[in-house]
Amino acid sequence: MRRRPRGGWLAVAALAAALTPTLLLVTLAVLCVSAWPALVWNGLAFVSSHVWSLGNLYGGTPVVRHGFAAPAGAVYGAIPYIAGTALTSACALVLAVPVGLGVAVCLAERARGVAGNVLGFFIELIAGVPSVVFGLWGFIVLVPWIERRAGPGLAHVFGFIPFLRGPVLSGQGLLAAAIVLAAMILPLIAAVGRDALLRVPREVRDQGRALGLTDWETLRDLVLPPAVPGLVGGVILALGRALGETMAVLMVSGTGNLVPHTLFSPTTTMASAIVLDLDSAFTDATGMATAALAELAVALMVITVLVNLAVPLLGEGVSRVATMVNAGRDAR
Amino acid sequence: MRTPVRRRVGNTVMVTLAWLAVGVALFPLLDLALLVTRHALPALRWHVLTTVTQGLSGGVANAIAGSLLLVGLAAAMAIPVGVLGGTYVAERRGGAFVRGVRLAADVLAGVPSIAVGYFGYIALVQALGWGFSALAGSLALALLMLPYVVRTTDYAVSAVSDDLREASLALGADHTTTVRRVVLRAALPGILTGVMLGTGVAVGETAPLIYTASWSSFMPTAHLTHSPVAYLTYVVWTYIDQPFASAHALAYAAAFLLMVAVLALNVAARWAIRQRSSGGGGA
Repeated sequence: MRRRPRGGWLAVAALAAALTPTLLLVTLAVLCVSAWPALVWNGLAFVSSHVWSLGNLYGGTPVVRHGFAAPAGAVYGAIPYIAGTALTSACALVLAVPVGLGVAVCLAERARGVAGNVLGFFIELIAGVPSVVFGLWGFIVLVPWIERRAGPGLAHVFGFIPFLRGPVLSGQGLLAAAIVLAAMILPLIAAVGRDALLRVPREVRDQGRALGLTDWETLRDLVLPPAVPGLVGGVILALGRALGETMAVLMVSGTGNLVPHTLFSPTTTMASAIVLDLDSAFTDATGMATAALAELAVALMVITVLVNLAVPLLGEGVSRVATMVNAGRDAR
Repeated sequence: MRTPVRRRVGNTVMVTLAWLAVGVALFPLLDLALLVTRHALPALRWHVLTTVTQGLSGGVANAIAGSLLLVGLAAAMAIPVGVLGGTYVAERRGGAFVRGVRLAADVLAGVPSIAVGYFGYIALVQALGWGFSALAGSLALALLMLPYVVRTTDYAVSAVSDDLREASLALGADHTTTVRRVVLRAALPGILTGVMLGTGVAVGETAPLIYTASWSSFMPTAHLTHSPVAYLTYVVWTYIDQPFASAHALAYAAAFLLMVAVLALNVAARWAIRQRSSGGGGA
C-alpha cells in the first residue's frame, strides 16, 4: 500500500532527505573540479608512471602543459599507490575471509544463548575501535613481532617464493598493514555472514540431521548455498572498507613509494598518500600538487563507490546489517 | 546406523576450526585492550585530564574538549537532518526519490573518510575561507555521520506497524500528529541506536579532521572559524611515533579514553535496542 504522507513537516523533511544525495554529489563535484588541472596536466601518466614526485617546489621554471603549470620535475604517477591499495586490501582479504566466515558459522550455528550474545558483542565491538587505536596496536605489538619472529620465520621457510623473500627490514610494510586491516574488516564479514546464515530457515538444518548428515555436512550442502549472496556481501563491504582505510595503514605500512615486490616491502596506499603528501603539497605555488592529490582522492572515491554499489544488488538485508556493523554493531 | 569415523572426524575438525577462527578474530581486540589499559592506567593522572599539551608532555584536556566540541557540533548538524530525512524516506515508502536517497546514503557510508576530509579542506577551509576550524572539522564529521542516522532512522520507522498508524488516524489524528506522537515514539529506540552508532563513528575518526580541524595546543575557543581545534585521535597518531615516554603516556591515555567512549556508546546502543524488544514500542 502506498500512501502519500501529508502534513506541515513534509516540505522540511523532504529537504532534509534531499540533503544526503546533494552532499554526496557536492563532495564528488568539488573533488572533481579541484582535480581537473591535474587530470589535464597528467593525462595517462597518472595511471602509467611509477614515480610520484612533487618536483622542485623552491625554484626552476614551471612546466606548462595544456594551459596548466606544474613545478619543474613534477611527476604524478599513482601506480605505486594504486598497487599499495590493491595489495594491502587483497592480502587483508586473504587473511580475513576464512577467519571471518569461520566466525560467522560459529556465531550462527554454535554459539547460542548468553555466550553467543557476548561473543557477538565483542566481535561487533571490533568494528567500533578507532582506526588509530588499531594503528597503535600494530605499531607497538605487530611490527616488532614481524621484525623479530614472524618475518624472519616466513622468509626462512617460504623464501623460495619470490613474494615471501626477505629482507624483513623494520617490520613495517605490506604484511603489517594487511594484518591490521584484516583484524579491522573481520567483523563485517562475520556479522553480515552470520545474518545471512541465520536467515536460512531452521527446518533446513533439521532436514540435514534427519538425513543423518553431520553438522558440517548440513552446513556445507544445505545451509551455505542459499546464504552465499549474504556472505559475498560481507566480503565486498569488507573490501570497500579496506580500500579506504587510512590511519591504521599509515601507522604500520612503512610509507614506501615503490610498488611493493615482497610481503615485507614498505608501501603507501592511495588514502594514506593523501595524508602524507598534503603538508608538502601546500607549499607548491602552482597548486598542481594539491590538484594531483585531489585526483588521487577522486580515483579512490570512484573505486570504493563502485565496490559499495555492488552491495545493494545483493539485497536490502545485506545493506541493512552493513549499515549497523559499519558503525559498530548489528541491527538485531 | 552410526556415522562413519571419517565423516565424524571431518565434522570435529571443521567445528574446531570455526571456534579457532573466533579466537583468532578476538585476539587483536583483547590484546590491544590489555595493552592500552596497562599503559594508560599509570598515565591517567588528574592533571592529564585537566592540563593542555605542552610540547610532547602535559595533558590532553585540549584534546578532550576539542573532541567533545567537534563531535557535539557534528551531532547537532547530522542528527536533526538525518532523523527528519530518514523519517521522510520511510513514510514516503517508495518512488525514485526515496530509492535515490537510500542509495546515496549507502554510497556515502562507503566513501573513504580521507576523501571527505580532503573535500572539507578544499571546500570549507580554502574556498569558503573558514581556515582550520571547529566548523570545518565538525561539518566533515557530520557528513560521515549523516548516512548512518538516515539509514537507521529509515529502518526503525519502516519497522513500525501500520496498525499503529491506522489506529492513530482512526482516532482522528492527522498525519503529522501520527508521525510525531505515535510513529516516532515507537521508532525511538531504533533511532537512538543509530544516533549512538553514528556518534561512535565520529568519535573515532582522524583522517577527516587532519586537514579541517588541524591541531591546537590550546583549549578550543568560542571562535568556530579560523581557530584550529585539538582532538584525541590526533594525540594517538602523532605521539606514539615520538621517542619519549611522556609522549607515549599521552598517546595511551588518549587511546584509553577513545576506547572507553566507544565501549560506552556500543553498550548504550545495545541497551536502546533492548528497550524496543522488551515491549516499549509497537515495532
